[in-house]
Amino acid sequence: MIFAKPNSEQEVVSLLKETQGITRILGGGTDVLVQMKSGVTDPDLIVDIKNIPGIREIKKVNGGYEIGAAVSGSEFNNYPGLKEFTPGIAEAFDLIGSSQIQGRCTLAGNICNASPAADTTPALSVSKCRVKIVGPNGLREDLVSNIPIGPGKNSLKKGEFIKSIIIPKRPLYSSDSYIRFTPRSEMDIAVVSAACFITLNQEKLIKELNISLGAVAPLVVNIKGINELVMNKNLNDNLISQISLICSSSCDPIDDKRGTIEFRSHVAGVLAKRSIILAHSRAGEKIEKIAR
Amino acid sequence: MDQITPKTTKEFKIVGTRPLRPDGIDKVTGKAMYGADLYAPNMLYGCLLRINEPHAFIESIDTSNAEQLSGVKSIVTFKDFIKINPDNKNNQILENCIANEKVLYDGHAVAAVAAVDLSTAKKALKLVKIKYKKLPFVITIEDAMKIGAPVVAIGKKNENIPDGYSDNVIQYCSFGHGNLEEGFKAAHKVIKRTFKTPSVHQGYIEPHACLASMSNDGKADLWCCTQGHFNVRSICSSIFKMDNSQLKVTASEIGGGFGGKTTVFIEPIALALSQKSGHPVKMVMSREDVFKATGPTVSSLVDVEVGMKKTGKITAARAIIRYEGGAFPNETYELGAQSAFAAYDLDAVKTEAFNVLTNRPTQAAYRAPGAPQSIYAVESVIDELCQFFNQDPLYVRILNAAKKGTKSSYGPTFDDIGLKATLEAAKNHPHYTSPLKENQGRGISCGFWFNFGGNTCVSLNINFDGTVGVVEGNPDIGGSRSSISQMAAEELGISLDKVKTVIADTNSLGHNDVTDGSRVTFSVGLATIKAAKAAKKELCKRASKLWGIDEDAVIWKDGYAHPAGANAGNQEPLSLEDIAKVSSQTGGPIAGHYEVNADGAGVSFGVHLVDIETDMETGHSKIIRYTVFQDAGKAIHPSYVEGQMQGGSVQGIGWALNEEYIYSSDGKLQNPGFLDYRIPVASDLPMIDPVILEIPNPGHPYGVRGVGETSIVPPLAAINNAVSRATGIRFTELPLSPPRVLKAILNKQ
Amino acid sequence: MKKLHVNVSVNNNDLEFLCNPEDTLLDVLRNDLNLTGTKEGCSTGDCGACSVILDKKLVCSCLVLAAEVDGSDIDTIEGMAEENKLHVLQEKFLEHAALQCGICTPGILIAAKSLLEKNQNPTEKEVRYWLAGNLCRCTGYDKIIRAVLDAAREMRKDYGPNYS
Repeated sequence: MIFAKPNSEQEVVSLLKETQGITRILGGGTDVLVQMKSGVTDPDLIVDIKNIPGIREIKKVNGGYEIGAAVSGSEFNNYPGLKEFTPGIAEAFDLIGSSQIQGRCTLAGNICNASPAADTTPALSVSKCRVKIVGPNGLREDLVSNIPIGPGKNSLKKGEFIKSIIIPKRPLYSSDSYIRFTPRSEMDIAVVSAACFITLNQEKLIKELNISLGAVAPLVVNIKGINELVMNKNLNDNLISQISLICSSSCDPIDDKRGTIEFRSHVAGVLAKRSIILAHSRAGEKIEKIAR
Repeated sequence: MDQITPKTTKEFKIVGTRPLRPDGIDKVTGKAMYGADLYAPNMLYGCLLRINEPHAFIESIDTSNAEQLSGVKSIVTFKDFIKINPDNKNNQILENCIANEKVLYDGHAVAAVAAVDLSTAKKALKLVKIKYKKLPFVITIEDAMKIGAPVVAIGKKNENIPDGYSDNVIQYCSFGHGNLEEGFKAAHKVIKRTFKTPSVHQGYIEPHACLASMSNDGKADLWCCTQGHFNVRSICSSIFKMDNSQLKVTASEIGGGFGGKTTVFIEPIALALSQKSGHPVKMVMSREDVFKATGPTVSSLVDVEVGMKKTGKITAARAIIRYEGGAFPNETYELGAQSAFAAYDLDAVKTEAFNVLTNRPTQAAYRAPGAPQSIYAVESVIDELCQFFNQDPLYVRILNAAKKGTKSSYGPTFDDIGLKATLEAAKNHPHYTSPLKENQGRGISCGFWFNFGGNTCVSLNINFDGTVGVVEGNPDIGGSRSSISQMAAEELGISLDKVKTVIADTNSLGHNDVTDGSRVTFSVGLATIKAAKAAKKELCKRASKLWGIDEDAVIWKDGYAHPAGANAGNQEPLSLEDIAKVSSQTGGPIAGHYEVNADGAGVSFGVHLVDIETDMETGHSKIIRYTVFQDAGKAIHPSYVEGQMQGGSVQGIGWALNEEYIYSSDGKLQNPGFLDYRIPVASDLPMIDPVILEIPNPGHPYGVRGVGETSIVPPLAAINNAVSRATGIRFTELPLSPPRVLKAILNKQ
Repeated sequence: MKKLHVNVSVNNNDLEFLCNPEDTLLDVLRNDLNLTGTKEGCSTGDCGACSVILDKKLVCSCLVLAAEVDGSDIDTIEGMAEENKLHVLQEKFLEHAALQCGICTPGILIAAKSLLEKNQNPTEKEVRYWLAGNLCRCTGYDKIIRAVLDAAREMRKDYGPNYS
């Protein structure tokens, strides 16, 4: 195995492109090192990207944020204003692993590792976040939800890597949430998760509602047809129950050591409900705060 | 942190206080040396090749390519052990360490390599060619017991096994007394249920590790983390057919054991690799290996039937217990049968138990081995009966509690025991009457453990400067150096800082049984007190020489030799230090020694109270409040007694809520790591409130009872009862994982 | 295989070592730098026994490549006591009997130290969540949590209200 720690994006691309065999990017290393130890992967090249200028920075861009690929969970959550801007992504990022893992884990790693149970992918998906990808053909952008293409597989091509994640600007009365279910209070992988992004108008009528579910299918499930159902309506119990049922029936989960099909489908509906209520109350608070 | 002590007990000065532990600074600064912390010059790294099949016949092992790899110094398979000693053919402990003819469980080792570094050793493992034939396998108790099941090991079945079972059912026992038929007839209600518990792992944070060095002349040194280095010596010296005296085993500091480090897994392998290579060999298990190839506890399938009058009086009780302990006979099925009804004073009781083989890793002891499973089943049925009759569950237990003079369900008649006092303490505790909210339930359970004594040997040396060295032979797993030092200082009447307790290697002291069965504070404490008494006798003799009076005319009191009455003279009392300083003039160094196969370890009872809140939409249960009541006999160092009560409780909580060995349909373990084998983390728990009771054990000079194990017994049923009351659904299988609980909730709706 | 040359500061001592590309920081600390106070419990980041502080961040040293840390500052348990004076956390762990076997203790002390450097007045819940990545199988955590809370109290007293 070769270890490289280049100082520029171009060097990373060349190394990735020119190395035969398995190449892996090292950001936080919290997945790749575990996979190496357990023999799941035996890379020929590890490229540590942390020396690339700007890769560990958070920038305010166009009313949203650009998060460098090597920014860790604790750096994200300690960045002033970010948690308030997107409590949902912050929650999802914060839920990855322990305090120790928080010092290392990255959004880019979580996305590229492409686990069906990844915490941040549903949260990034509901907010229509994008990634900036550098590769042999230069820079391109794609939606986060297009990166994972199957358990452990991503859509990046030979020579490409993610340099940053774009959290776009959001309407005034928007907020988000992320809730997951784990048997323990910490240290577990999500058995089911739900992320919600909601936009209200000043009268608290729903203008946009996105829900994504994690760990209930090989890929994140972005629930379709919800916006038509809720557009310009007030959130009420009946509406929540309908969405909850849609979510439960949109699941395509498996039975495994972490949960059953029955459990995952049922709890997906429960978590969807709870995430909507939470995101809705956060957006509602914004209306009240701005009114004051 | 309450302590309830009867006023009649002996007055102590040092015993019962909470001094800082003597090995503490080393352990908070990283100096303490654990199993993997020793390195030797010219050392090799050893590792094991494991086969990921539950059952397979080994056709051939070809190590020739691996031997060619540069840096590989020795390779060992089972055949090497036969060459060393033909008797090894029947050595079950060795066959668990390294497979003989068959792979018996997923992860069973078949070959070992020692090389100059770990990556070379691992590379070499990949070059070892194994040919094997897969065999049909059995994982569950139900499957294994059926006629026609694949047989794990032929010829192990005892003659007393009733008809109708496969050859995997190898041992059977029964205990009890009274007329069951009449008893059940007299009941107003009889409830019979079947309960299941999964295999769970001890989950010590330190993986097994050792460093072995054997020379050509057959002498060997072995450093390892173990609960009993004398036992390691016995096992290994028999495997290598060597004299006990030629194998020196030194116990490292030990990073948790809970019963799981009472046997050997890698030590004989490291010795063989060292013998063959001529180098010291270090072996450290990976966490995956620990889960796959070291002892989990037995899994169980238990039927319990209890009859009760509407007054709450139990009229008859019966249990049929089946324990599966992996590929070799488990040692706990009998203990499970004996402990099932130990907490009750019953006229009619019977327990039967079966020992069952499966293609799983061989069980090892885990804190009160066998008791949590059977008592969980019993205490769950008792609670259901209490609910049926709308009786207070603590009242019913007090009404039926075993007491002094009770003929126990397993035979012996109890002496002084603390069960009733423990139950009453629970009943009077504010926790028991505090209000509960919606979706919350309160559960209680009794727990019991026998406690062991056993072979014990202690030397107590009085140095010329008046300080004292205690030499004992049991690894300190949770603060025992402190309690042993405290008992020595108490008995001698000197201050604690004058005493230092060390754990000797196997060549420096007589045999000591394993640190297990909650025996150390009891047995080593007893031997230490007796060794101190012997030293005091000698001190008095020396004082008599100094004073020129009769030996009988000197008594020891409060750390001083005194003339015994006016006839002996009115000499100034001499301190231990005064006598020690001049001891070379009065006959040489002074020491006390005591050796015993200790008897009289008093049984210990505990009662746990737990409040649970269950999320009815997800089936998730959270511990809201937890209180532990336990009879310690006498708490030598109350902080470490509390620690045992709290730690055992939390292991039981893990067992009840989330921990389990999960097997796939192809017989492979699905969760050999801390990610999916879910032991409780700090944020899962509230404070665990301990209440120590002190009902002295008549078998110990200071009244000590073992406290290490009882605490893991009650959580299983206490939590089961709490969740059952919170949800209104009776559960009969552990763990109460969210999918299981939610399924029951949805079925009920 | 070519070894990599790495410069680090460990417990304020400038050191250099050679490592294989796949060696972890934990491997090097224990096997090459003779710092065995950092323990290996799982090597998958699930137990926290190998916790160290890397450039002021708490990490599992089993999930860090040794080659990555060139130019970094690392604090391990061996550097926690100053000269012969124990850190308040170490004192409180002894006082509260917050260790039984002691194998998780170095990692927990390092993690707790990093918490108290960020948050001088944590709640019980904050301590429990911060330490969730440090498994202890002996104590049930009760006395550990009490010791950390007591140490925080003591440190606020020692350093005054502006301590951070």
